[in-house]
Amino acid sequence: MAQLTRRSVNLLKPFSASVFATRHLTTSDTTPITVETSLPFTGHKIEPPSRSVETTPKELLSFFRDMALMRRMEIAADSLYKAKLIRGFCHLYDGQEAVSVGMEAAITKKDCIITAYRDHCIFLGQGQWVLRGHGIVGAQVPLGCGLAFAQKYSKDENVTFAMYGDGAANQGQLFEALNMSALWDLPAILVCENNHYGMGTAEWRAAKSPAYYKRGDYAPGLKVDGMDALAVKQACKFAKEHALKNGPIILEMDTYRYHGHSMSDPGSTYRTRDEISGIRQERDPIERIKKLILSHDLATEKELKDYEKEVRKEVDEAIAKAKECALPDSSELFTNVYKKGFGVEILQSLGSDQSEPSDTQINNRELVVQNALSERSTPIDLAGGGSLARHQHVLPTATHRQQSCHVNRHQCPNNSRH
Amino acid sequence: MAAMLRSVGVASASFPLADHSNKLSTFSVCSLPVIRSERSPISDPIRGTRMTGKVITKAVAAQAENAASAASKPGHELLLFEALREGLEEEMDRDPRVCVMGEDVGHYGGSYKVTKGLADKYGDLRVLDTPIAENSFTGMAVGAAMTGLRPIVEGMNMGFLLLAFNQISDNCGMLHYTSGGQFTIPTVIRGPGGVGRQLGAEHSQRLESYFQSIPGIQMVACSTPYNAKGLMKAAIRSENPVVLFEHVLLYNLKERIPDEEYVLSLEEAEMVRPGEHVTILTYSRMRYHVMQAAKTLVNKGYDPEVIDIRSLKPFDLYTIGNSVKKTHRVIIVEECMRTGGIGASLTAAINENFHDYLDAPIVCLSSQDVPTPYAGTLEEWTVVQPAQIVAAVEQICQ
Repeated sequence: MAQLTRRSVNLLKPFSASVFATRHLTTSDTTPITVETSLPFTGHKIEPPSRSVETTPKELLSFFRDMALMRRMEIAADSLYKAKLIRGFCHLYDGQEAVSVGMEAAITKKDCIITAYRDHCIFLGQGQWVLRGHGIVGAQVPLGCGLAFAQKYSKDENVTFAMYGDGAANQGQLFEALNMSALWDLPAILVCENNHYGMGTAEWRAAKSPAYYKRGDYAPGLKVDGMDALAVKQACKFAKEHALKNGPIILEMDTYRYHGHSMSDPGSTYRTRDEISGIRQERDPIERIKKLILSHDLATEKELKDYEKEVRKEVDEAIAKAKECALPDSSELFTNVYKKGFGVEILQSLGSDQSEPSDTQINNRELVVQNALSERSTPIDLAGGGSLARHQHVLPTATHRQQSCHVNRHQCPNNSRH
Repeated sequence: MAAMLRSVGVASASFPLADHSNKLSTFSVCSLPVIRSERSPISDPIRGTRMTGKVITKAVAAQAENAASAASKPGHELLLFEALREGLEEEMDRDPRVCVMGEDVGHYGGSYKVTKGLADKYGDLRVLDTPIAENSFTGMAVGAAMTGLRPIVEGMNMGFLLLAFNQISDNCGMLHYTSGGQFTIPTVIRGPGGVGRQLGAEHSQRLESYFQSIPGIQMVACSTPYNAKGLMKAAIRSENPVVLFEHVLLYNLKERIPDEEYVLSLEEAEMVRPGEHVTILTYSRMRYHVMQAAKTLVNKGYDPEVIDIRSLKPFDLYTIGNSVKKTHRVIIVEECMRTGGIGASLTAAINENFHDYLDAPIVCLSSQDVPTPYAGTLEEWTVVQPAQIVAAVEQICQ
């Protein structure tokens, strides 16, 4: 394994324009370094890639920077949640950062990623096509295969990473989506972030076969050490090449979450604190990259510590900015329920019945009358622009709906049509 | 508040299961204690059940406890989730066929602690930790019920049960009919739903509006520890599939409930506050918004009658009808969305049955037809607030 002894850290290169403070610890050094992954890959119905991963000082330092930022952000989110500034449910990702940075390093901004609710850090790392925030476990995987379908349809040589957890791996819709992806050779990569617990249920209590990379059966799979960012990068690169040629592949990222399932879950009733601290000591992803950086002399211990302090400041500044942001106005309540445009004038403000005709309907009334008079035998559809169906929506009826509509409008926020 | 009881004679009897070829071995269970909360079946002209008995109004006391007097009061105090657990445990003790299945209900104790401690007591099979596979385990529950078990399916959040919609609708609801009466499906499907505190759109679902059309199921919504326990027990004992709607925000309500065993009727509404001027029909969490509005209204000189309808399917049109005949004005306050909610159906039912008694059109206050926003301010605007209820009463009483 080649080792560089040259120090090449440029401390003063500012990060590109962003809201954050100047970032240090960057370098433009792209001298290749070869690193062995901590563990070999295990393949299912496929020859696994090599353990030797090509990287560069630039990449290693960027891994450290990004993971330190993610870690800090998640810890800050913990405090914000306890201070009731973040509300609802809050699912933290600390421990799993390597999956996010490794994936980012392997793909382009045109590739899609879709994930569920443990998604703060994926968003941080990635480009434009990150779909996230899905609350129903497993529901994002068929969507991911749909993204892959569209990619194949438009022949754009991009792939989709559909991410899910070990808990979601037991959802039927996953297997349905995988079957279709395999039938049609879609460029879908199913990534199981196996952190070994589906909320309070350990993987062995939920899955007859916790070898998630094998459960695609006819679809090849790869088991990856998800705490090793370079292994993740290698696997994602490999998977992308495979998916573009041969259809779906499953990646199982063996990873771990330090926090509970969400902030409502202490995370200690179903696993021991020894287990958590053990993983932190043996397999922490940031520590691993730190060791690599130090052993290759890319930065000193002090520089890394200083950087962590900087990151903390950066996150604090972002929090301060977020606190200053105004809450949405009540007039935004109905924004984006529907997309405005053809056929949606009726539905736009209250989302249901209206008691007054819209402008379109007033204009179309002439057309409707004309059509009625001309006794068309073919049904008038919306495309014709003067639908009878739409007209019926507007016929005034003295029902409770009108009354409730009327009362609600007093109380409703600004419901003028926008 | 004590329920009416008669002494229970405990006798063993063997209950053969439904008449079909594949039978499980018969179980010995205690004969059903004759416990009714109040009165006999209500009338529902639409659905054609017979009308007997009369309404006994019963306000649910939710008064502040005084430490000195607490000891001398009958009953015991507990939180709503504990009341649910008590009801569940009593039924599991009583009938070995009752079992629970759901995500993290066993070792974890339930995400809202309703099943806490039960797995230790009854074992892993009776309190079954399922994988995250709602469609399948709901289906499994139906299958188990067909052969004599009495499973209780917990949706960790009601919204997750959308994944099981087919099982609930076609199998739970329809199998008794499509099998010509050969199979009963005595399942209980329960879980927290409703709009919480900024849980986001997917975790703020009100499934009662989606399920209400399914023929063959019954739906009830609990709102106090007292009715939570009583409805849980009734739902478990029912031979029909019952969906028991709990609310995320009501689990920590505290109340004093009787020590004696009691079961409530699944088809009864609850008179919360008798009054003269207007009938306010509500259920679940909105009951509390209504009661808050009622305080303001009383100060303003109004006398609202508040009824917690509890039974969402079928409606207790007997209690509701009597109220309408008295006040002649109806306001419905619900958490469902305006379109196709419980309020919409209830409005239609009241209009059809009691039109002559109404002095004003029914007012239905519902949530807005939007996915529940995460932003706190918008979420507040989505749901009916007490001020809106006050305004509606003032307007309808003009």
